Amino acid sequence: MAYIKLNNQLPGITGLLENRPDTGDHIRALTQVLLRGESSLTEMERELIATLVSYRNECRFCTSAHAATVKALGGDDELLDKVFHDADNAPVSDKMKALLNIAAKVQKLGKEVKEEDVERAKKHGATDVEIHDTVLIAALFCLYNRYVDGLGTYRPEDPGYYEKLAQRLVTVGYMRPREGVIPVAETTYR
Amino acid sequence: MAHIQVPTGVPGIRSLVMFRPETGEHLYNLAQALLRGVSPLTEAERELIAAYVSGRNECMFCMSSHAAASRCLYGEERNVVDEVLNDADRANITPKLKSLLHIAGRVQILGKEVTQNDIDDARSEGATDEEIHDAVLIAATFSMFNRYVDGLASFTPNDASAYEAMGERMAYNGYVSPQKQL
Repeated sequence: MAYIKLNNQLPGITGLLENRPDTGDHIRALTQVLLRGESSLTEMERELIATLVSYRNECRFCTSAHAATVKALGGDDELLDKVFHDADNAPVSDKMKALLNIAAKVQKLGKEVKEEDVERAKKHGATDVEIHDTVLIAALFCLYNRYVDGLGTYRPEDPGYYEKLAQRLVTVGYMRPREGVIPVAETTYR
Repeated sequence: MAHIQVPTGVPGIRSLVMFRPETGEHLYNLAQALLRGVSPLTEAERELIAAYVSGRNECMFCMSSHAAASRCLYGEERNVVDEVLNDADRANITPKLKSLLHIAGRVQILGKEVTQNDIDDARSEGATDEEIHDAVLIAATFSMFNRYVDGLASFTPNDASAYEAMGERMAYNGYVSPQKQL
């Protein structure tokens, strides 16, 4: 049960965004551009940044949801485990390692990102837009994680819930469906 | 110098939004809805929460600009802004606002730091669900903005008068993305 009364029974962030579309629709639109918009980073790379930050912010709902999305995009548990615990030896490009390092710094605090972190990313071919998007994705998930946990939202235990959610995030994306969020699969878990 | 090639001489978030208008538009729309939209909290109170969280995140640009906006909106009661930034527990504000700032401070640390007790305390001071929601989302949103602004090392003016003018613009014009002003 969330700390506050919502206008729906949906879990995690879905319940919060549906409860307050006045702010929720802008958060959704921002996420859609960042994680699904045109980019030289793949969707999996962008989801990996989101997952790492959520993991470090100890937000179990967001970590489960975006880890499932990484897997739906072709990743596996070994990749996730390396990214969480030993990113420099993860099976990703050197550029991606440098971007994950920047994301981890952003998770702590903005000013933790140092000149040498950015230089490392540029040395491995990261563009300014890629660095920008990495910082903003990491910052956005510092919002999401705090919103979801700060209001004590309901978190399903069933891994099947996150697999279904991931399917939607991969095939439909982050925008609010015109008819609202009423998938049967979600409400039955409540 | 910012970490990436943003327009020179343009401060803080504005330079980042000009660099990447596709995301900037939504960031400004979110700020406008959250800080100027319908809420049981006054605009001055919402700006105060934003400044308080930004101070705790050590983001000088956001702290200074939102404190300036809050002072402007508080008018004759403007002193409460600096009282809160110095020591929120001793500030001359209502117990309800104190309890909401307390929740915002917890959110600034990490979402899971907010406990049922914090929520119960705010309710016992008269806070509604909408007020608790807005306090949490403002704190979460500024945990994003602060990291964005500092994570890319955007230009942070040192001159207090620059923030005064910025605060007035924010107070009276709201959050309009640079593209829309052209």
